Amino acid sequence: MKDGAAFSDPARERMMFARRLLLTVVGTLLLTAVLIARYFDLQITRYEDFATQSNNNRVLVRPVAPSRGLIYDRNRKLIADNRPSYNLTIVPERSEDLEKLIADLSDIISISERDIERFRKRLKQRRPFEQTSLRFNLSEEERAVLAVNGHRLLGAETSARLKRFYPDGELFAHVLGYVGRINEREIKTLEAIKYSGTDSIGKIGLEKFYEQQLLGEVGSEQVETNALGRVTRVLDKTGAVSGDNLTLYLDSNLQRAGLDAFKGKRGALVAIEIETGGVLAMISAPSYDSNLFVSGISQKNYDSLLYSQDRPLFDRAIRGQYPPGSTIKPMFGLIGLEHNVVTPSYKINDNGYFYFKGIERPWRDHNFARGGHGDGVDLAKAIIESCNIYFYGLGVKTGIDLLSDYGGQFGLGATTGIDLPGEKRGIMPSRAWKKASRGQSWFNGDTINTSIGQGFMLATPLQLAVMSARIASRGKVLSPQLVKAINGEQVPVIQVEQDISISDKHWDYVHSAMKDVVHSSHGTARSINKGLTYKIAGKTGTAQAISIDAEDKYDSTKIAERQWDHALFIAFAPADDPKIAIGLIVENGEHGGSAAAPIARSVMDAYMLSNSSTALAENEEP
Amino acid sequence: MHRNDFVRQLNSPGGDRRPSRILNIDFPLLFILIALCSIGLAVLYSASAESIFYVKRQATFMLIGLFAMIVIAQFQPRLWERWSILIFLCGLLSLVAVLFFGVGAKGAQRWLDLGVTRFQPSELMKIAVPMALASYLGKRHLPPRFKHVSIAVIATLIPVLLVARQPDLGTSLIIFSSGFFALFLAGLGLRYLIFTALVAIAAIPTMWFYVMLDYQKQRVLTLLSPEQDKLGAGWNIMQSTTAIGSGGLSGKGWTLGTQSQLNFLPESHTDFIIAVLAEEFGLIGVLGMLLLYLLLIGRCMLIALNAQSMFGRIMAGTISLTFFVYIFVNMGMVSGILPVVGAPLPFISYGGTAIVTLFLGFGILMAISTEPKRI
Repeated sequence: MKDGAAFSDPARERMMFARRLLLTVVGTLLLTAVLIARYFDLQITRYEDFATQSNNNRVLVRPVAPSRGLIYDRNRKLIADNRPSYNLTIVPERSEDLEKLIADLSDIISISERDIERFRKRLKQRRPFEQTSLRFNLSEEERAVLAVNGHRLLGAETSARLKRFYPDGELFAHVLGYVGRINEREIKTLEAIKYSGTDSIGKIGLEKFYEQQLLGEVGSEQVETNALGRVTRVLDKTGAVSGDNLTLYLDSNLQRAGLDAFKGKRGALVAIEIETGGVLAMISAPSYDSNLFVSGISQKNYDSLLYSQDRPLFDRAIRGQYPPGSTIKPMFGLIGLEHNVVTPSYKINDNGYFYFKGIERPWRDHNFARGGHGDGVDLAKAIIESCNIYFYGLGVKTGIDLLSDYGGQFGLGATTGIDLPGEKRGIMPSRAWKKASRGQSWFNGDTINTSIGQGFMLATPLQLAVMSARIASRGKVLSPQLVKAINGEQVPVIQVEQDISISDKHWDYVHSAMKDVVHSSHGTARSINKGLTYKIAGKTGTAQAISIDAEDKYDSTKIAERQWDHALFIAFAPADDPKIAIGLIVENGEHGGSAAAPIARSVMDAYMLSNSSTALAENEEP
Repeated sequence: MHRNDFVRQLNSPGGDRRPSRILNIDFPLLFILIALCSIGLAVLYSASAESIFYVKRQATFMLIGLFAMIVIAQFQPRLWERWSILIFLCGLLSLVAVLFFGVGAKGAQRWLDLGVTRFQPSELMKIAVPMALASYLGKRHLPPRFKHVSIAVIATLIPVLLVARQPDLGTSLIIFSSGFFALFLAGLGLRYLIFTALVAIAAIPTMWFYVMLDYQKQRVLTLLSPEQDKLGAGWNIMQSTTAIGSGGLSGKGWTLGTQSQLNFLPESHTDFIIAVLAEEFGLIGVLGMLLLYLLLIGRCMLIALNAQSMFGRIMAGTISLTFFVYIFVNMGMVSGILPVVGAPLPFISYGGTAIVTLFLGFGILMAISTEPKRI
């Protein structure tokens, strides 16, 4: 109606509508015919097929479990494997009387109340005719008994599946974590189909972090069963796809050397490959055997781990937070030099006390209390002998803002981004942090405590190792990584931020001071330099587990062992061309030099040894 | 606004005195609806493993729906015509509210929590969109001109996209088709129809790559080859076709369907309920039910043909066609010729909101059917 006619024509519009409606009636009838044809096809033409199929539903679709990805250490040594294990499963629809069947089974093999209780829970979550496990890990004997009595146990079957096995038991417990049975809470969140072939899932550690990669893809098979529920033939099969294999940076030899060195002590150690940020060793002591958890740990075993005073289940390496103590001195020294707060020629006179204007009570040097370190303490000496008084002054003059800014760049106060779940962030205090967490302003006294790694400051052993690696690499900011390759494909090194900008001469100065911590006659870690064929640079630390008043002297004989100071050590080697960096803590170990440093040395020895042997192998090859 | 707009005079002098005119009830429609509801309850009893609880709840919703339908039938169609745009805008607003404050389950955000009860705006839009379009187009010269077509298309697509985002592809398709039917019945020109067909073809790859979520794609793939996904959605289809096929000509008998009673059939009391009916009552049962549906649709189309206004015609026609879409999509998906979208079978599947919405639509149809003749 181009002319925009003002008249509408109701009669014509009605006719048009009637025609349109007729068209839709035709369409409706056509589509109805399609539906009828389809239902006719299913119900009449193919009736026989479907009737047979539904007849007791003899054709079953069963999931085929994928095999979980394997985990290797850097030397291609297998550290997480799958082994066959046999379960007793039940299909209630096949049994005449479920209660009687369970009772009969209990007569011939041992089935606990807890097994039955868990079985009933699982029953509620399954599909009809799906196998449900009643007992796990059948012994050879039990399997034989079941096979002999099979004819009178309708509905019960033994089925083989692969079970996770950790060949080294406790060596990698905290890092690898473990798989365990899927619990009710997890069932609600996970994708049911993906897990239809398996009853376990990564609970903690790498097993949890890389769950998606390790799991693999479930397959399925269509099987025909006889009236007793036994499979008579497989009609069709879609294979499962195995999970991805992981290769780690971890080195079993270093791990072993470290864990052995921790024998009888509590603590944690992390060693990092400086070039890549790869984690060479990660130990939390004491450890436990992760195989215990794989098919359900017994309550007794679990309680003994959970309530042990040594807290073996606690992953100290990434979740333990300790005051870093004097180990942060090299870092603060670097900041002081870079910002001209101190120079190499600047010296102080240390009489053991530090007075701050307006505060009557002095800060005291607990590490070295016999009247102080004396005259002429420069930065090198302050690092080598761990002089607190020097750093009180350096800290106050630098100011908390710079300290906390650099602390962040060196990896403190934030998660490092390692590929593990549950990492703690520690605390690198700042004005904003104190305002937010305590609602108080920052005081100079806080800066003084911070300048020797005490007060609010907390760091995980992993963060200590990261800080040590960043000092060793002259400011390269890499994120620590455990997984080196997935299915043989290299995982790229993660450069988090740009390098820390500090001039080379300051790095040289601090590196040399750290070397003297180990190799000079006054160094706090001189005890480990005996017989060293290479040079280690390090810094000891001692952190108070309880607070001591400035006027009291710390005396280990007067307090219980659990309250003794923690011993810390950071180190890298070889000192002039660093390859490996370490951070470690020995809980209540008292002195970094005597308790912590020797452990670092054992790990470094293991590294230098295996490194030189691979270097040899490379030389032989051409 | 006149008082008569709201409630009709019971004893208008010289008016029609037949009970259907006085009560404003279309009796053929009412009888067919009651028959369908009764069948629905019987099948539901069997499909829910003979649960009186489900049947009672469903019956309650049906009674609420019947009551609402009769109440709605008491209002003049003219009133609905006048208010339709406002209702549409309210619906649109609540859809946007769902986007921000909605609650839901299984990853879809579809409900508004009103404290006392929960409300699903997308259900309302199933009626509000055709009503608004019928009202808008009914006032124009037909066939509609480009401007009016454009406005109608936009008014349809906004709720369609909002609902698809929730995500609820089934409801979104229903709303889309209701908008299309309204335009088609209003006499949409041939060139628009061709254009729509071309756009639809072009939209398939776009939908696939940009709009559809992984699980929705999975369902389409499942339709193409159910064997690929035997543990997931393919399992449902394999079980439902087995259930339908094993029903044969006359079925296994009420509550005797082995597939459904042994829990092989998923969602047996909601979206897949037709499989229970087909298994237990056979092809005869399926055809009987289809016949009832067709009678209902036929009656509705007759109402559309005899309606007094263009609004009434388009509205009644659209409701009956949309109703057929429900049936076709549901029966098609359960028998494996359409992908699985969440679409209940009207009056048979368990689900309160859907039933009440259906009755509301038929209430408007009754109002249209009993409107006094204009002179």
